[in-house]
Amino acid sequence: MSDIILETKGLTKHYGGVHALEDADFQLQRGEHVAIMGDNGAGKSTFVRQITGVEQRTRGDVIFDGEPVSFAGPLDAREAGIETVFQTLALADDLNVPDNLFLGREKTKFDWLGPFRLLDYKAMREDTMAGLVKTGVKIPNIKNTIANMSGGQRQCVAIARTATFASKLTIMDEPTAALGVQETAQVENIIRTLKDQGESLILVSHNMRQVFDLVDRIIVFRRGRIVANLNKEDTDGQDVVAYITGAKTGAEYEGAA
Amino acid sequence: MSDGSEGTGGLTFDKSKRSWPNELNVFGALILIIIIFEILGAIFMQQSLLFDTRDRFDSIFNEARLRIIIIQVAIIGILALGVTQVIITAGIDLSSGSVVGATAMIAMSFAQVAEVNGAMNPKAIFGPSFLDLPVVIPIIVGLSVGTLAGFINGLLVAYARIPPFIATLGMMLFARGVAQWWSLGNPVSFPTESYAKIGAGMMPVIIFLSLAVLFHLIMNYTVYGKHTYAIGSNEAAARMSGINVPRHLMLVYMIAGGLAGLAAVILTSKNLTAQSGMGLSYELEAIAMAVIGGVSLFGGRGSIIGTVIGALIIGVITSGFTFLRLGAFYQEMVLGMIIVGAVALDQWQQQRAAARA
Repeated sequence: MSDIILETKGLTKHYGGVHALEDADFQLQRGEHVAIMGDNGAGKSTFVRQITGVEQRTRGDVIFDGEPVSFAGPLDAREAGIETVFQTLALADDLNVPDNLFLGREKTKFDWLGPFRLLDYKAMREDTMAGLVKTGVKIPNIKNTIANMSGGQRQCVAIARTATFASKLTIMDEPTAALGVQETAQVENIIRTLKDQGESLILVSHNMRQVFDLVDRIIVFRRGRIVANLNKEDTDGQDVVAYITGAKTGAEYEGAA
Repeated sequence: MSDGSEGTGGLTFDKSKRSWPNELNVFGALILIIIIFEILGAIFMQQSLLFDTRDRFDSIFNEARLRIIIIQVAIIGILALGVTQVIITAGIDLSSGSVVGATAMIAMSFAQVAEVNGAMNPKAIFGPSFLDLPVVIPIIVGLSVGTLAGFINGLLVAYARIPPFIATLGMMLFARGVAQWWSLGNPVSFPTESYAKIGAGMMPVIIFLSLAVLFHLIMNYTVYGKHTYAIGSNEAAARMSGINVPRHLMLVYMIAGGLAGLAAVILTSKNLTAQSGMGLSYELEAIAMAVIGGVSLFGGRGSIIGTVIGALIIGVITSGFTFLRLGAFYQEMVLGMIIVGAVALDQWQQQRAAARA
């Protein structure tokens, strides 16, 4: 088995005449935590959407876990083992924690009943508890609806999906953008837990402190292209900002932007 | 996980944030309304609404009135079971009453007897080969016509992306037109004996309550129910979770249509005739039952139990006003106020919950 969990080659996305993503070559090692940074509209979210199958790429290859993949939709990606925590919370407010974790892939009994097959509440509850323990997420009552939870708890529920389904890669798109200081700390703790457990992670973030706190490597996007690939030890905040704003461009990416 | 109530970031579990089952509120409202009628009855009529006040020892309740209360809401209640599911997906179904009208005409045409008093059935729609058919045929026709109407509603809402209000408003007008065109406004009468049994006596109530139990179980214990709530709660999340939202919406609207078809069969069987005006404004009463029962028009919240209690509230109010010998117009005024009150209460609770979260 290869040590590279995810690789993209020449990944490109055009929206009509807009070149949102151009020739992105990217590699992620197993167990590595990588941050993707860049200004608004630099192509970060576009890059994530091509990997997770939310959109279909214009051209290029995505190799996941040693296999070239082409996901028809986010569910395909999920089934392959890529778990995404979206910027906007993809949770149903009126459902409780296990319902949300298992939404779209419920554990069921009597499958011959088709859409009316029965839910296996007990199994889902047990798996939810196991997933929460694994991530260190504490939710007082998993039977509470999401509507009754704080923003931090909701984001934790979204992240706990990762652990519940033993995914191979987690992608988080601005997981703390909408959270307060305390809740952000809570989410960051969970990300550290994932690191300790050898979970691979792509973190899209604007928060420089958070990025330097949590990841091994930083990829900078600018105007649809990757312009820098920096090890955390070899760089600092000012350096990263220079790449983001275009004052500097990585040696191997000269001529790219 | 039971080692404390504290979250990782020091968040604590606030007991006041626990959700209180909404059905209890609705049930409380039902009890309150009954008490009000009992008090008014004691003052003005020297009688009780629900209890047996005569000198008979074999019953506590006034069974005749209880029977009337539930039988007068049973048929619209069947519609409300479907409408509830549509509203939970954050949709609306304005067409159910007119679908009852159209289905009534069409289904009844397949349920007619050949001879009335020794002569050919004067109201026969089709030729002799379509008379005296086995009872299963009009039932299947009724269910199919209703389901077809729901299928079209579903196509319009889920695939053509037409807002449910407009799509079902169109179906409401269209189906009423079909009902009038079918026999050019003439009633369709004289059903076979076996067809007349479907809606006789307490049958509508038995069918209504059985279906209520069935759909309560479906909404709470099956994937269908879970996805219905999920779509109404956050359609984008449902889609991202891999739920085939359009296909599911199709199914929900088809079930609602099928229930309207069934209601039409029961109604025509009970009345022994079909008229093009049947089911007029039933859609609004069905929506009222759901809304009074705590089903949120914003989707995601509500239950079959709530709707059944909502139906009972409407039944009690209707019977109560008759019991107090007050005109039907007062009853409509009060119902109007209760509907607005129920939604206002729901809004207020939502805002309070949002402020706490």
